[in-house]
Amino acid sequence: MKPLERLARPGFLLGFSIVLFWVICALFGGFLEPQNPYADDLMNALAPPSAAHWFGTDQIGRDIFSRIIAGAAPILSVAPAATFLATLCGTALGLVTGYAGGWIDALLSRLIEVILALPLIVVALLVLVALGPSSLNVTLVIALVFTPIIARTVRSATITECKLDYVPAAQLRDEGALHIMFVEILPNILPPIMVEVTVRLGYAIFTVASLSFLGFGIQPPSPDWGLTIAENYGLIVGGYGWTVGFAALATASLVVGVNLVAEGLAEAFG
Amino acid sequence: MIGRGILAAVFRRGALSLLTLVLLSMVIFAGGQLLPGDVGRSILGPLADARAVAALNHQLGTDAPPVLMYLRWVGGLLHGYMGMSYAYRSPVAPFIGHALTKSLALAAVTLVIVIPLSIGAGIMAALYRGRWQDRAVTLGGLSLTVVPEFVSGILLILVFGVWLRLLPISANTRPGTGLPEQLRHLILPSLPLVLILFGYIARIARAGMVEALDADYTRTATLKGLRRRAVLFRHVLRNALLPTITVIAAQTSYLLGGLVVVETLFRYQGIGSLILTAARGKDYPMMEAGILTVGAAYILSAIAADMVIAALDPRAKAAQR
Repeated sequence: MKPLERLARPGFLLGFSIVLFWVICALFGGFLEPQNPYADDLMNALAPPSAAHWFGTDQIGRDIFSRIIAGAAPILSVAPAATFLATLCGTALGLVTGYAGGWIDALLSRLIEVILALPLIVVALLVLVALGPSSLNVTLVIALVFTPIIARTVRSATITECKLDYVPAAQLRDEGALHIMFVEILPNILPPIMVEVTVRLGYAIFTVASLSFLGFGIQPPSPDWGLTIAENYGLIVGGYGWTVGFAALATASLVVGVNLVAEGLAEAFG
Repeated sequence: MIGRGILAAVFRRGALSLLTLVLLSMVIFAGGQLLPGDVGRSILGPLADARAVAALNHQLGTDAPPVLMYLRWVGGLLHGYMGMSYAYRSPVAPFIGHALTKSLALAAVTLVIVIPLSIGAGIMAALYRGRWQDRAVTLGGLSLTVVPEFVSGILLILVFGVWLRLLPISANTRPGTGLPEQLRHLILPSLPLVLILFGYIARIARAGMVEALDADYTRTATLKGLRRRAVLFRHVLRNALLPTITVIAAQTSYLLGGLVVVETLFRYQGIGSLILTAARGKDYPMMEAGILTVGAAYILSAIAADMVIAALDPRAKAAQR
């Protein structure tokens, strides 16, 4: 079976549909929201779900259904941006260390060990306290932590490739190291990189959402889901479950969707 | 002879862990003291008078050269002095100790629930390999692993705490509450962590089990006429569960990170919420001490896992010789 045919499995298709749904919300949310997600309406604060407000309203009367749709955009810009940045840096770093080897190799593995000794959330907190919470800083922190992790995957794939005949052949043709790394080796190790990137994207979403919940991620008045939960979870005891329940379901569906896609890619190409 | 080999291995392991710990302390110090730039300014805000900022920096000792500040910090740590909290104006160590005890209780409840559950599920998945039970455990477990703790926590609170009213929502109990009731209050907070760890551990338990079921010694044991139950318990399980121990230790790091979120959600005064409160209040000494404690706990659990494996696995002993 070709890899693309192997992707046509229920798990992957379900995950892909979920992700596609949220991407459409992120791109075209402005056309889909029935009401302005930022407009407050204090007379209708904390209204339960009804025909007028499908998912109810929050503490200051904002329509939660519209805010859920609008909330896809912030997380689907920060998390992919961080993953993309980490992929660029990590791929370059992994290719160089895998191809050149030596002391950089030893340094990289020690660095990864130190980074992995701390939970990602804690590393991010450490940096964000100093730099101040903002979407840009969250992107940079996650990219910083993911770079060595992606580099490790790329490095081990590069080392395997270097043992194949085409690499010494290119060296004998007197091609430059950069050319060999990026033109000869890189296309051959794209599948494992792609799988790693999807897995990382899942963790990036996880981390951005958690940081927003803790107050160190995306900042108000964004309709971000993690932030929505942080702002409203004190109301659960009062019986206003809809203020947080839908945001929780939205976040859960997005991470599970991305993960199903990652799993499908890993099975097809891994 | 064997004793010396093991001693050398333990020594090497310890030295590497110490190196990681030293690097970790440098990273934490750099993040906590150097990145903010001017600590006094960062506490007092942009509008404060420059003289007040300088006075505060002098009082806190943050006007010294960075290397000196780092050496002072590490020197203090070696003497058991973790620094002085900016927010409480008192030593940090008692706060850390108190919070760590509470977090360890939560972590213990989590592990007591998740270890039997996930290993059992992993074993079942391996025995029903390729059938729906297997798919349910691997794919379901993996999907749960990626749901952030605060998301599953909210959904669990809504279902078990608000609608069904089965479990208490708060992790805290009044002073003087009996131990069983205290533990009952920790069940709901531990469940988001259980869901995260379940997928990882079940997956590794399944993989180890599959490998052991396919191994030659299992076939030999079956062919020499042992009953299936005896084969499973005496031969398969012993070999299958070794890698699982390593994974449980490796996941301690995620467990500790998850505590930050879970303790915040359930308003539980553990090490995670201590770090977060310190981070929000720019109480750098408290934050650094908390994070270093988390890192040290992770390194210790990795060492402990290595020792358990060395004690259980004859091959690991042989490799050290």
